[in-house]
Amino acid sequence: MLAVIVVVLLFASFGLLLGHAARRFRVECEPIVEEIDALLPQTQCGQCGFPGCRPYAEAIAEGRADIDQCPPGGEDGVKSLAELLGVEPKPLDATRGETKPKAVAVIDEPVCIGCTLCIQACPVDAILGAPRFMHTVIAAECTGCELCVAPCPVDCIRMEPVRETAATWRPPEPAAAQP
Amino acid sequence: MSVFKLWNFPGGLALPGHKEASTRLALRAARVPERLVFPLLQRDGRNATPLVAPGDRVLKGQAIAGGEDPLNPPLHASTSGRVRAIEALPLPHPSGLADLCIVIEADGKEAAVEFEGIADYRDCAPEDLRRRIHEAGIVGLGGAAFPTAAKLAPGRRRIETLILNGAECEPYITCDDSLLRHRAAEVLRGAAILRHMLQAEQVLIAVENDMPEAIASLERALPEARGENVAVVRVPAIYPAGGEKQLIRALTGREVPAGGLPADVGAVCLNVGTAAAVSRAIVQGEPLISRIVTVTGRGVRRPRNLDVRLGTSIADLVAQCGGYTDEAERLILGGPMMGLSLPRDDLPITKSANCILVAGRGETVGPRQALPCIRCGACADACPAALLPQQIYWYGRSEQLDRALDYRLFDCIECGCCDLVCPSRIPLVQQFRAAKGQAAARQREREQAEHARQRFEARQARQAREQRERADAARRKKESLGKAAAPEIREAIERAKLKRMERPSTTGSRTAPTGSELQPETTDPMNTYSSRQWR
Repeated sequence: MLAVIVVVLLFASFGLLLGHAARRFRVECEPIVEEIDALLPQTQCGQCGFPGCRPYAEAIAEGRADIDQCPPGGEDGVKSLAELLGVEPKPLDATRGETKPKAVAVIDEPVCIGCTLCIQACPVDAILGAPRFMHTVIAAECTGCELCVAPCPVDCIRMEPVRETAATWRPPEPAAAQP
Repeated sequence: MSVFKLWNFPGGLALPGHKEASTRLALRAARVPERLVFPLLQRDGRNATPLVAPGDRVLKGQAIAGGEDPLNPPLHASTSGRVRAIEALPLPHPSGLADLCIVIEADGKEAAVEFEGIADYRDCAPEDLRRRIHEAGIVGLGGAAFPTAAKLAPGRRRIETLILNGAECEPYITCDDSLLRHRAAEVLRGAAILRHMLQAEQVLIAVENDMPEAIASLERALPEARGENVAVVRVPAIYPAGGEKQLIRALTGREVPAGGLPADVGAVCLNVGTAAAVSRAIVQGEPLISRIVTVTGRGVRRPRNLDVRLGTSIADLVAQCGGYTDEAERLILGGPMMGLSLPRDDLPITKSANCILVAGRGETVGPRQALPCIRCGACADACPAALLPQQIYWYGRSEQLDRALDYRLFDCIECGCCDLVCPSRIPLVQQFRAAKGQAAARQREREQAEHARQRFEARQARQAREQRERADAARRKKESLGKAAAPEIREAIERAKLKRMERPSTTGSRTAPTGSELQPETTDPMNTYSSRQWR
């Protein structure tokens, strides 16, 4: 009888101790959403079917979306997501669009009528302008999401690939060794 | 000279110097060209801001580009003339890409701004001297072009040793050698000023032991620097003894930590040319507008050292050295080990250009067919940074960038020792440069993504706030209407409601049109916008 009581008391005290420790020393780990969001290219283009990278990250975390829906992230993006989530990498979902080289939006300024529709469409506030005044794109802030192209009533926005400069130039890799 | 205890650094190679050719003729000032080009692109992709506009008249020594950024010292016009244009021209950069340059047409008058020197630097606070050095546009003249003023701000770290680097270890290059031969006194004056600024205990001037004339000239001038605790140290001619970390290791026995600065081990290392430029900037008040450049190689007729105005074209320098010989095969900016191959010769001399090597046949190792790595480890033995080049190469090739970074890719100084000893003739350094470029591009992408994320979130927060405010305003309006309405108004509203209920019966089958039917959906963006505005 005594043995039973001792064991029960011991177990109860360990349980309390562990319960307390779990609360007292809880490690604030970075939620998985943050980690997924950090791997996404933050283009905010919505090609994944969600209104931005963060909502897509949340959808992946909750299992509502697959990892192959982000064309700007490309195959590398899928690979790193697969690595993070411990799943098999897969090819990009071609219906979502294709991976393009980085581009920025350019407004043909004489044609612009100042309607502000592109300003409302831009997810990162990269377009500057006022009603009935010419608008312009702040190239350094533009993510190349193309969301401003469709709403323009006079089709004065086009996407231009980012030109390589001496500052962004990458040295080429040497040719592969001949066996 | 006392016997100085030297330490060994790992790896390194004893290379044939090839230095006699360019030291046979004495140092001479190059002629001032008619057209000078100043690239705005500075170190680490920073761009200097132009301070002049096309058409402006500029004086020799006038600042033409720059700003307050301590890591971006100003550029100065190296002769008087007129700014002809600020346009995109090809740069002396491995990419061969064009970028903005200030083009000055010289007028040949050499009209200079008034230079104001300081009579006695000891009266000046180090802070004041540092500002002057920044304003004089002085950067490291050894080749890396790191801003000198930034190097001279070690913070709280105590500096014991100031090292002046005259160990010109790369073959062919002799610009420091000829500087020491002809202007040793200036270097020593610079040493005294720098020592005062850093409050360093001792100054060591490191010279390779295969530069006897330079050592003799320094020793002749040494009595001038009495009381400054200056010593001339001969270091063995082992490439790359003149690398900053290697030299500090050889002289002090201490190793600069990875990712750290020489100041972390109590040392500051500057090129001898930089010390001479500091002396000119403080004593004469003259900004950095010229530097010594070695023009050498079998591809040039009369190899020599020239004191060159910044902005002079390489073609002009080669012409002053008798032009190209028939043997000329490759044009290299820098030395045969670390230099970069140039596709053309109409490129300007910048602050970092120390040597123009016009290589003849067999003088440099050109592109070659690599064989597979046999993992012999010769590269690891030769590496002066004690890295494992074969591993970094492997990870770089297989696109495992993180592993390459773990193996300290960024501690590679790109000296080229591994390339030279590799029995499979693998272009290792080229691979490392490519991997570094990839890592830098990835870092840039991450920073841009983070920036975009912040802007996206800020916009979302703003939209949520605006919606809340609109809802609040609508509610307040409703409440105030309900409360403050006078009895007459309420009666009027009641009457209107009654009327509306009666109307269908009186008008028969006609129903009141709704708003959406009255106003067909508008496609005119102006209308959409104004209706949104006035809602």
